[in-house]
Amino acid sequence: MSFTLLIVQTLNGLQFGVLLFLIAAGLTLVFGVMDFINLAHGVQYMLGAYLAVMFYALTGNFLIALVAALGAALLLGLLLEFTVFRHLYDRDHLEQVIATFGIILFLNQGVKVVWGAAPLSLPIPDMFAGTVVLSPGILYPVWRLMIIGSGLAVALILYLLVTRTRVGMLVRAGATHANIVSALGVDIRRLFMIVFGFGTMLAAFAGVMIAPILSVEPGMGDSVLILAFVVIVIGGIGSMRGAFIAALLIGLVDTLGRSFAIDILRLVMPPSPARTVGPAIASMLIYVLMALVLYFRPAGLFPAKGR
Amino acid sequence: MAEPVLRIENLRKNFGGLVVTDGVSLDINEGELHAVIGPNGAGKTTLINQISGTLEPSDGRIYLNGTDITALPPDKRAHLGLARSFQITSVLPRFSALENVALAVQARAGSSYQFMGRADKETALNDAAMAALTEVALDKRADLLAAHLSHGEKRALELAIALAMQPKLLLLDEPMAGTGPEESERLIGVLQKLKGRFAMMLVEHDMNAVFALADRISVLTYGRILASGKPAEVRADPAVMTAYLGEELE
Amino acid sequence: MNFVRRTEALPIAIFLVLALAPVAASFGAETYLLNLFTRVMIYGIAALALDFLCGYGGLVSFGHAAFVGIGAYTAAIFGAHGVSEIAITLPVALIVSALFAYLTGTVCLRTKSVYFIMITLAFGQMIYFVAGSLSPYGGDDGLTLKLRSTLFGFPILQNDRALYYAVLLFLLGSYLLLRAVVASRFGRVFRGSKENPTRMATIGFHVFSYQRVAYVIAGCLGGLSGFLLANATEFVSPSYMSWQRSGELIIMVLFGGIGTLHGAIVGAAAFLLLEDMLGGITENWKLIFGPMLVLIVLFARGGLLGLATSIKERLSRG
Repeated sequence: MSFTLLIVQTLNGLQFGVLLFLIAAGLTLVFGVMDFINLAHGVQYMLGAYLAVMFYALTGNFLIALVAALGAALLLGLLLEFTVFRHLYDRDHLEQVIATFGIILFLNQGVKVVWGAAPLSLPIPDMFAGTVVLSPGILYPVWRLMIIGSGLAVALILYLLVTRTRVGMLVRAGATHANIVSALGVDIRRLFMIVFGFGTMLAAFAGVMIAPILSVEPGMGDSVLILAFVVIVIGGIGSMRGAFIAALLIGLVDTLGRSFAIDILRLVMPPSPARTVGPAIASMLIYVLMALVLYFRPAGLFPAKGR
Repeated sequence: MAEPVLRIENLRKNFGGLVVTDGVSLDINEGELHAVIGPNGAGKTTLINQISGTLEPSDGRIYLNGTDITALPPDKRAHLGLARSFQITSVLPRFSALENVALAVQARAGSSYQFMGRADKETALNDAAMAALTEVALDKRADLLAAHLSHGEKRALELAIALAMQPKLLLLDEPMAGTGPEESERLIGVLQKLKGRFAMMLVEHDMNAVFALADRISVLTYGRILASGKPAEVRADPAVMTAYLGEELE
Repeated sequence: MNFVRRTEALPIAIFLVLALAPVAASFGAETYLLNLFTRVMIYGIAALALDFLCGYGGLVSFGHAAFVGIGAYTAAIFGAHGVSEIAITLPVALIVSALFAYLTGTVCLRTKSVYFIMITLAFGQMIYFVAGSLSPYGGDDGLTLKLRSTLFGFPILQNDRALYYAVLLFLLGSYLLLRAVVASRFGRVFRGSKENPTRMATIGFHVFSYQRVAYVIAGCLGGLSGFLLANATEFVSPSYMSWQRSGELIIMVLFGGIGTLHGAIVGAAAFLLLEDMLGGITENWKLIFGPMLVLIVLFARGGLLGLATSIKERLSRG
């Protein structure tokens, strides 16, 4: 367990956490404000990645691809909201689960039909292609730092939006006292649409940013979606601050757990069983963490008040 | 004097900075009907919720027949003889009236961890439930789903559920709320009949009902007890007159 | 409750059809049909258990496939060590399922509604990843069973038809068990806790404990289903407990009409036959199936039968 590895894996964990935050932020907003459980949030992340690959192939420019992908993802998201989701807000959670599950099946298969089942990739923009020397002997890819930086920037922007703007205020109020917000005469449908569109863009942005270092393939959104659920459950549904802290926590615990579980186990058991048990324990870590948090705080770390 | 059935000592509840129950102390004796009145937002339901255990007090103690129940969950309190009705009707809508009551009987008739045998065929449970329904004059409606009962009937059903628990103390949270004059009269009649069998705490806005039924009245404003005493005393208390009663009694 | 008065014709018809299906199958593609219906019944057991949770207790579990996986892996791991005796492996499968249900239920049931859905989903995913990391037992690739389970040393499940009838018996047993439980004292408390947990607590029931016992019962039946699945397919893999499987189990329950028990069996049949049929038309059957789910939710309440009625109503109105 070298120090260098620890630094690198901590950064990787941060990068993963930031990614989870981008996805969880939209999910927890949609949830908090509309009480709508959207399983299809993960495919919006996947669509972001695919759209970026497509626009990059057309234009050869990463920035254009990014902007175009975000725009197209937003349009697709709003189309879904308009045709399907808005009819589900008043339904019970079971029905929301089934309908959005149907959308996942459709879109996962859809991208397979349109872009093929084989994994695609997006090159890292030349400007950010290299590695950077963090300290003598520790090299780190610039692109991963870009993900961390842009994720933190988005978090800051979100924070300002939620605390400083009128829409943000309504969103905060909506997450805790939805009935009061609608009693204030706010067009709740429009507020929902804005929140939903924003959440979609955040997920798509995560998809675009991760595409250069991950293979873009059908179903890539599914496991990320469940991790995002873990994040918002730990953070407290509807809480942006909770989502941010929980996302970083999950990112770090998962990444560090996977890299060091075997080494740590070898301190207490022979190498061979450690190699067998280690990965199993590492893959359970975040769920055990979730169980512990919920056992003591059933509404998460930062429960939205008034529920 | 005998131990009071309910003793509340210096109960306090605050939500953040908002104090909803502010040092309430109160006794209810054997067989007594103690009415708690007060304007909306005085903290009456909050008080009942703390006594029945659905809300945890911030400070103070609650004793039921001398047992400290402050930290007990609602189901344990129910087994010690505490029953309640809800301000907003709270029955099991898709169960028949009889089954609503039979469940309350079942809760104190042996184990409910029985996985075989039809619960709805247990005559002992059904007979006891029917007896409770008869007391509130709902026996003719026993087989109807609770959802299909009229509002007044649902209020009566709540009462029957509470009766079936054979309570030592019954908390009634606005049993007349939303009922018409005729149904109110009927409910007052039922309560009159029950009076003396067990201690009752009645939270109610209907002053006819309160003065017809209460042995003692406590007036709650801003989470504090403003006055407490016999109905005539409370009625004559000038502070009560100005704070609350005047408008409603005239 | 009306469920006890509901006509018995449908459940009897369902089990008659299942009992006679092998005879009919012997005139056609026997192996294929036997396998298909064996799977229908196996998933039927898991769907029954889930319907018990959702339909009667209001507990929408999105991690039920985890129990199927636990049952299947217990059979397979024992098999890998040369133990295939049902008298040993099945009880162990049930105990492990019960234990997992008890532990995760203790956490899940402290929370409500949406939290419950997401946490069960997360625990399901946990088991999925654990199975994938079991490299001695095939990891992500899964594990093949050398032989089906034996009873006191006799290979009674070796024949496909024998397996079919064994599964049918387990399905019938599960169905009758759950029916009895639903109508029992325990079941009445469990059903009451769905309608109004606060009321149940104030009349003296510790709702959490009852829900946890129900969760353990459903978990055991999920484990049973997985145990049989491993025997039927002679193969296990982490995909048995992927979250999509859990979603499919919910779909089965919804298909058959939630809260009826026998509906779950119909739903399992409808789902697997539909999958088989659509899969025969195009490999991209999910492009058809996904939107179908959306339409069913938007326009049909109460399962496929509900869809038929609502279409009829629309036609007669329009």
